[in-house]
Amino acid sequence: MKLDEPGLVQALQAGDEQVFAAVMDWYSGSLLRLALSFVPSRAVAEEVVQETWMGVFEGIHRFESRSSFKTWLFRILTNRAKTRGIRENRYEPFGLSASSDEGLSLEDSLFISEGSRMGHWKDPPNAWEPDTPERALLSKECRVAIETAIENLPATQRQVMTLRDIEGVSSEEICNILGISETNQRVLLHRARTKVRRELSPYVEGDNT
Amino acid sequence: MDTNLKQKLMRYMAGNFSCQEIAQLITDYLDGSLNLGERVRFQIHLGLCFACRNYLRQMKHTIATLRQLPPEPVPQHVKEELLERFRNWKQHQPQSSVRSENE
Repeated sequence: MKLDEPGLVQALQAGDEQVFAAVMDWYSGSLLRLALSFVPSRAVAEEVVQETWMGVFEGIHRFESRSSFKTWLFRILTNRAKTRGIRENRYEPFGLSASSDEGLSLEDSLFISEGSRMGHWKDPPNAWEPDTPERALLSKECRVAIETAIENLPATQRQVMTLRDIEGVSSEEICNILGISETNQRVLLHRARTKVRRELSPYVEGDNT
Repeated sequence: MDTNLKQKLMRYMAGNFSCQEIAQLITDYLDGSLNLGERVRFQIHLGLCFACRNYLRQMKHTIATLRQLPPEPVPQHVKEELLERFRNWKQHQPQSSVRSENE
């Protein structure tokens, strides 16, 4: 997209169809990904994306650029999705799953838990292949493994990881969008990363291991 | 300071964090949310421990890989419906609030 953000917002506020079409095309995939972390099915997630854009049509003239346009979009989606998730009986409030889940024990299991070498690696990590990200994603199998790992995360971890690691939203903005504390956000993110790292590792271990 | 003593001191300071603690603190470290003392101890440990260095690199790779995941594919019918809804919405706007494109 060539437009800078103020230009973009102005065009949207003027109801420019071409710009709206381009923006909807550009962001709907990201919105759908985030929606899937709140609601139980793709069909419902698609509806949430539709509702989000309806919210944008209605609200764009009030948008004041206090946050980025993308953050604003994600916030609208989150509000709609939460309402939807509650209606669909899925939404779990933050904090419930934060203290008791396998992300923590997964990390603990990597370390010696008693004796003089307590806190040392059971099996010291090897170097991954240096060109990992690009190469790894070339393999469809590996991408499916990552996507599955993300789908299996508790909802709140999945939401934080989607916003932060996939969409690149800042932690401050995430706290704002999801209504959680910075500490909680980091804990959720860390557990999610620990799990996804484990799923990624078989695909990127160096050949010499 | 002689090298031997310096190494001893570094090992002593690095001993403040176990490998397990380093693993637990990685996201805080990458986020820049460790305080100065913790950051120094974190980095000293990394300097002395290849396994933790590898683990940190693995975590960074994981994050970089996540960043490359493409957006979810949006079905054509959803895109068309969105445009339809947009046109509908625009039609029902009073002319004062939305400028027509022909203006």
